[in-house]
Amino acid sequence: MRALIVLAAALSCGPALAAEDPLPLRPGPGSELAAAACNACHTTNYIIMNSTFLPAATWKAEVTKMRTAFGAPIEDSIAEQITAYLIANYAAN
Amino acid sequence: MRRRNLIASAGATALAAPALGAESRVLPAELPEGTRAVMAFVDLPGKRRMLRLSDRPPNYATPVDAFANPVTPNDRFFVRYHADGVPTSVDLDAWSLTIGGDAVTKPVTLKRADLLDLPQSDVLAVCQCSGNRRGLTVPHVPGVQWNDGAMGAALWHGPSLRDVLKVAGVKQDALEVWLDGTDKPPSQGIPDFKKSVPLAKAMDPDTIVAMSMNNAPLPLLNGYPARLVVPGWTATYWVKHLNSIEVSTKPLSNFWMKTGYRVPAGMFPVQMPFTSQMTDANWPITEIVVNSIIADPLEGDPVDRAGFTVRGLAWDRGNGISRVEISLDGGATWQDALLDKPLGPYAYRQFRLKVGLQRPGRLKLMSRAISGSGERQAEVLKANPGGYHNNVPRPIEVVVG
Repeated sequence: MRALIVLAAALSCGPALAAEDPLPLRPGPGSELAAAACNACHTTNYIIMNSTFLPAATWKAEVTKMRTAFGAPIEDSIAEQITAYLIANYAAN
Repeated sequence: MRRRNLIASAGATALAAPALGAESRVLPAELPEGTRAVMAFVDLPGKRRMLRLSDRPPNYATPVDAFANPVTPNDRFFVRYHADGVPTSVDLDAWSLTIGGDAVTKPVTLKRADLLDLPQSDVLAVCQCSGNRRGLTVPHVPGVQWNDGAMGAALWHGPSLRDVLKVAGVKQDALEVWLDGTDKPPSQGIPDFKKSVPLAKAMDPDTIVAMSMNNAPLPLLNGYPARLVVPGWTATYWVKHLNSIEVSTKPLSNFWMKTGYRVPAGMFPVQMPFTSQMTDANWPITEIVVNSIIADPLEGDPVDRAGFTVRGLAWDRGNGISRVEISLDGGATWQDALLDKPLGPYAYRQFRLKVGLQRPGRLKLMSRAISGSGERQAEVLKANPGGYHNNVPRPIEVVVG
């Protein structure tokens, strides 16, 4: 069903690209913070695409990279919660 | 679990009801579980049946079935952007290309007509994302988890970059040529995607400012109205929506040159070292390593026990392909494939092998290529942090019916 919606969106959208229809993020503490921060620049499907194989330290490094190399305006305390959420839900088992 | 490998989503089925084997249906099992969940076939303006990796920024792979032919159609050609902010329309009358920098004698601004007045070149060349096959690389590394489809070959047409630079006059002390496009990141913190090539590669007559692709305008998502074509080098240098060129006496220093797109020093030998960007620890990724892909039959396909033909493509950094071998038994034994006529040093070389009567069961097909300089595909993955240059032959399983 989801794919059908993607298809309809892709065919009907006016601008160059397909309308975005990300999969839902896993529920849990920090999910809304993660969605808000990550969505500012890219689809949250980036998170799901990169799962579940990254060690916890790599998720931490990814959040740091977004803040330092890519200038994501995320405060320390928020970044910690997002990192914890990503590790709890999308790190390697 | 097997169902997760199928791309037989409602969307894919709705697009077409292909004969079995006519379209890619099975996603490689090596792809991360999350990647398989987000991948889906989508149609885009000017593109059909692309494999979605992400919608924002737009990253779409070419389905493997397209590699049954040595030229990739524009409407199947892969799409890769680092940041949102892709131009959605272009005013050709307003568009221009500026040539400046501290190593030109006379900065100029060229219009499309000026570029068309220069001598035009045609180059049939493979454009391959540095991260192609990253998703097939185990252990996985972070990034866009591409399967085999972050590549394609097209007939690129436009003036040689060296003729464009000559209009502005290149000084003796020029070191690098810096390239920038009109696509701009959505937030100021994200580094603009700007790249450089060494002067020697810039002056190669096959390095061109392409204004057409397969005898048609570039699709918007492939860099309309102009992109740089750097044959033999990975696509990170093929800057799209090109509108600014600087000839510089200095190395470009930014995230995309100094941090991203690096490989461990010496891991992948090159013919033309990009000296101004190399350190003792790492080098910029540049030349494409020799590689090959089987595109017919496709992974999971049924094949005729009375016999079938294996077809695919091989390519490298520009030395050409001298030999391709095929295995039907997962690499235990190999036989030579027939090579089609070469289409150019930077093009795909098509190969084929007629396979005779087979017992019912499963076959593990593999291909491995040797380039004109004797370069062979790696037998063991050369693991590196970016997940680049994975050219280890990969078995695909088909079912003899």
